[in-house]
Amino acid sequence: MSGITRFKACLVVALGAPLAWLAWRISLEAQAPGSGLGADPAEAVVHFLGEWSLIVLLAAFAVTPLRRLTGSQLLGRSRRLVGLFAFAYVCLHILSYTAFYLEFSLAALFEDFIERPYITAGMAAFAFLFVMALTSTRGWQRRLRQRWRTLHRGIYLALPLALVHLWWLTRDGFGELLVFTAVFLVLAAERLYRWRAGLSRARAAQPPLS
Amino acid sequence: MLIKQPPDIPGSEITSEQAFLNRRQFMKQGAILGAGVGIGGTAQAGLQADDEVTPEAIVTSYNNFYEFGTDKSDPAKYAHEMTIDPWTVEVSGKAKKTGKFAFEDIIKGLDVEERIYRFRCVEAWSMVVPWNGIPLKKILEQFEPSGDAKFVEFRTLVRPAEMRGQRGLFSSIDWPYLEGLRMDEAYHPLTLMVTGVFGKDLPNQNGAPWRLMVPWKYGFKSVKSIVSIRFTDRQPRNTWQALQPSEYGFYANVNPEVSHPRWSQARERRLPSSLFAPNWRPTLPFNGYADEVADLYAGMDLSKFY
Ligand code: HEM
Repeated sequence: MSGITRFKACLVVALGAPLAWLAWRISLEAQAPGSGLGADPAEAVVHFLGEWSLIVLLAAFAVTPLRRLTGSQLLGRSRRLVGLFAFAYVCLHILSYTAFYLEFSLAALFEDFIERPYITAGMAAFAFLFVMALTSTRGWQRRLRQRWRTLHRGIYLALPLALVHLWWLTRDGFGELLVFTAVFLVLAAERLYRWRAGLSRARAAQPPLS
Repeated sequence: MLIKQPPDIPGSEITSEQAFLNRRQFMKQGAILGAGVGIGGTAQAGLQADDEVTPEAIVTSYNNFYEFGTDKSDPAKYAHEMTIDPWTVEVSGKAKKTGKFAFEDIIKGLDVEERIYRFRCVEAWSMVVPWNGIPLKKILEQFEPSGDAKFVEFRTLVRPAEMRGQRGLFSSIDWPYLEGLRMDEAYHPLTLMVTGVFGKDLPNQNGAPWRLMVPWKYGFKSVKSIVSIRFTDRQPRNTWQALQPSEYGFYANVNPEVSHPRWSQARERRLPSSLFAPNWRPTLPFNGYADEVADLYAGMDLSKFY
């Protein structure tokens, strides 16, 4: 196995572990209700997947700065993998909500989308991630060229929207939310800093006009 | 019968008092809904044919009691840190007999009844629970509230050293947890001051040593571990209303028509609910107690007074 294959295999194991755990708990639940996920398994599954959606999404957002920090090419080449995992978690989060809360009623889902602002925010975040996942292949990257980068800056909107989703649904106990928000802000600040440094370097490289 | 100061009871006495109580929690078992409720056949119930008592393990491990943390499993994990003996209750406001009373003295001599009630949380899940308790009216009457007492306000214990949820930096709740009822709601025969559950003393996570139970209202009205009772002529500003006035009102009557901004209230998941056959059922007006309580709100626009 080459280095990158081994590295990606490790990532798959790490990012898939929560899903494996969940599958195991669901299988317990299937054998004896109440044994795997507590008294209210629907809530347990939706919350578990929501939580991991956000964690993996933040992990995907952290790949590039971590690559710069460590100089690891392996990391840089795994960004798509982490992003797709995040997308998968979000899909399962939404699917679990639709299945266990709404019993697959798309009308109810639409009603939630209209009436419950935290769901509207979550859906908007999902829309960005959906387009990004769809165009994440090398083929699309080539086809869209410069526009691909613009499109994939959608993460700068998707993540804040996901955080808004969480802010709006949290009623108390804001500790975890603050941690997530702080991680996002640090990662975003690093990019802002680099972007401004880049701007001033570009300006310095340009001789004054007169 | 009522004394102003907590009495000097030796430890041994207190234990026997507890044991005595325990026996009494059992005494009235089977007598569903107290006598004198005057609601005839429906009293048996209020219970619907398919209402099944929720397993004790769930009732005592799936709790919202933010004083111990916001997770449903936090209270069962941490509530044992709360000391409930001795327990002093301060009675104040518009009543003849006010002051500090020992919990034991307040309930001394009052019969504990068993009431099996549906319990509906504002988060759209529900249980069926066999509570042991004393009609609130019998408790409040002892203090002889005056004519201008229009509301009664209850407060939960504040003791951050023993209640870790109150120590958190990241809570926006202004402790103590505060709830209130109109006097006619408080005096309604269904309104119970709960001292036990499943024939045993109330576990800490369920609000020991005593808590309110108002079965036609969302669970957050049924304030736990009460240390203060205040009679007042003004509507108390209950905790959740103070936090989110657009989402939580003072009345909080179970109402499938009034949607909470976060959840539809038309249905509820009856616990235990399984993943593959979720126990959804329609939510009933006043949690199924409309025959008994609807006239308390005659003429009120319940979509406005939610
Ligand atoms: C990028 C998209 C999203 C992310 C990162 C995300 C993340 C989260 C997180 C972290 C939670 C809190 C879990 C907890 O309290 O432990 C949550 C809860 C929830 N999410 Fe999402 N979510 C997203 C999109 C959506 C969408 C589109 C929907 C609906 C269609 C949705 C429905 C819910 C529901 C119903 C809850 C539980 C609310 C409650 O129990 O009060 N989420 N989500």
